[in-house]
Amino acid sequence: MLAFLTARLLTMIASLLVASLVIFIMLDLVPGDPASLMLGLNATPEALAALREQLGLDGPWPQRYLAWIAGLLRGDFGLSYTYRVPVSGLIIERLAISLPLALYALGLTVVIAFPVGMIAAATRRSWGDVSIMGLTQLGIAMPNFWFAIQLQVLFALVLRWLPAGSFPGWQDGLWPALTALTLPAIALALPQASILARVMRSSVLETLHQDYMRSARAKGLSAAGALVKHGLRNALIPVLTILGLQFAFLLAGAIIIENVFYLSGLGNLVFKAISQRDLIVVRSCVMVLVFAVIAVNTLVDLTYGLVDPRLRKH
Amino acid sequence: MMPVRSRRRQIPLALVLGLALTSLFVVLALVSFIWTPYDVTKLDVANRMQLPSAAHWLGTDNIGRDILAMIMVGTRTSIAVALVAVGVGVGLGLPLGLLAASRHGSLLDEAIMRSNDLVFAFPSLVIAILITAAFGPSAFNAILAIGIFNIPVFARLSRSAALSLWQLDYLRFAQTAGKGVARISLEHILPNILNILIVQMTIQFSLGILAESGLSYIGLGVQPPTPSLGRMLADNRTLTALAPHLTLIPGMAIVLIVLGLNLLGDGLRDLTDPKLARQR
Repeated sequence: MLAFLTARLLTMIASLLVASLVIFIMLDLVPGDPASLMLGLNATPEALAALREQLGLDGPWPQRYLAWIAGLLRGDFGLSYTYRVPVSGLIIERLAISLPLALYALGLTVVIAFPVGMIAAATRRSWGDVSIMGLTQLGIAMPNFWFAIQLQVLFALVLRWLPAGSFPGWQDGLWPALTALTLPAIALALPQASILARVMRSSVLETLHQDYMRSARAKGLSAAGALVKHGLRNALIPVLTILGLQFAFLLAGAIIIENVFYLSGLGNLVFKAISQRDLIVVRSCVMVLVFAVIAVNTLVDLTYGLVDPRLRKH
Repeated sequence: MMPVRSRRRQIPLALVLGLALTSLFVVLALVSFIWTPYDVTKLDVANRMQLPSAAHWLGTDNIGRDILAMIMVGTRTSIAVALVAVGVGVGLGLPLGLLAASRHGSLLDEAIMRSNDLVFAFPSLVIAILITAAFGPSAFNAILAIGIFNIPVFARLSRSAALSLWQLDYLRFAQTAGKGVARISLEHILPNILNILIVQMTIQFSLGILAESGLSYIGLGVQPPTPSLGRMLADNRTLTALAPHLTLIPGMAIVLIVLGLNLLGDGLRDLTDPKLARQR
């Protein structure tokens, strides 16, 4: 198990390094001098040179790349070109909205998809199964941000059950923050839950046909008992794979949906940074997103090891 | 003796529905090249935000453009973006996957698969953010971002499908008979994995439509004045409470296209793999 763990973690570190290199080179290609952007047109050459040195813009790119990575490891993401404050602070502030939103949506996805998928599998080809499958087809076909707009109009503007947008912050307690994130989380979760419910259904159906399930029934377990004790664990492997991939979609989706609900999350930060040419902020935000995706995929791999002991050997 | 059941395959309902929906929008998009009910570049502010009527079947938008005409041209843009992105994915992913499979276990195979894993860490939105930050927003960037994300999808699929074929004896014989791996990949493997490729293409096509709408909605994709389904949602989003049809109609168009493509994909899979259909 230890070898499996080490191998996975090493792969993760290697992926992160290559990803960071790709991001760095990509944004290093961009023409323009951040120092003159910060100081404006009237800056003296001395002031420019001093700022360039302070920002670490001098030197060949491998040196700047290594300085960036060393900074990331210390938690020092550099100074934003437009806001003149540490990027790490900006990102933490914004992640405090985007990450809970994505996790809230992930939770809703699981809570909806697991029972719905299992009910559909248990009642296969019944009226209920057919309507569940029809609804999930619709759910998959919906753009989540469009669904978000419709939810916002119906539940916030017409019915006034939930806030239409903006985020009160976490300092006023959990409740106001959660209500502000509820509509965006539902909009994010339903399309992903539709996908996951279908995966769950087919995975459970697949498991039900296995010989060991027949043996479990033969030794006297009820259908439900056999499913819970032997089936579910096996059915969960494909479900976990998809769930891991879905986290990336949820985080990216959160960035788009923030726009609908006027939430100042990571998306708001990165899109403003793009238009203001604040590339150090763009670079750090992208790195944080990619880190999240790679970390979650590693976590999923590790969970496989827990669910299926055979996989630990590879 | 058991009575022999008819072996004729049933045409799946999903296939019929999917084909009908997809064709409807493809026809709308194609017709828009030669005819639209109104000119989409013509503004008619006096008649803005009108509800559907005899003159404007689907109403007019925030600056008086005919929504049906916008949907027709927008569908054309969205389909074009998604289609080219699928082309990029297949064009690069398929050869890479076949190559990796033909050199299974080699350093090249490992390198291709690890690069695929790496690309998977970049959702198309993140690729779009990077490209836009470097080169500015455009429809081309959206195509590139979605296309790059499609490459590992097709590389993995074709590699795993090809790997199982390489186990078969007749391919080994072909190799002993002196055929090169490239020729075997083209002549024997490609035709045999074509059906799963086509199914995956319809899936990536529908995902591409969704991705284009999202990217254009946040301004990283198709730029004004070119209409796209995502741009229509972005343009009219703040007016939804006043005139719900402004976002409901373009959104429904996206839902129907994606639904059509997904049903088409499901139907094709059931048709080509009846074993799977029975399990479902």
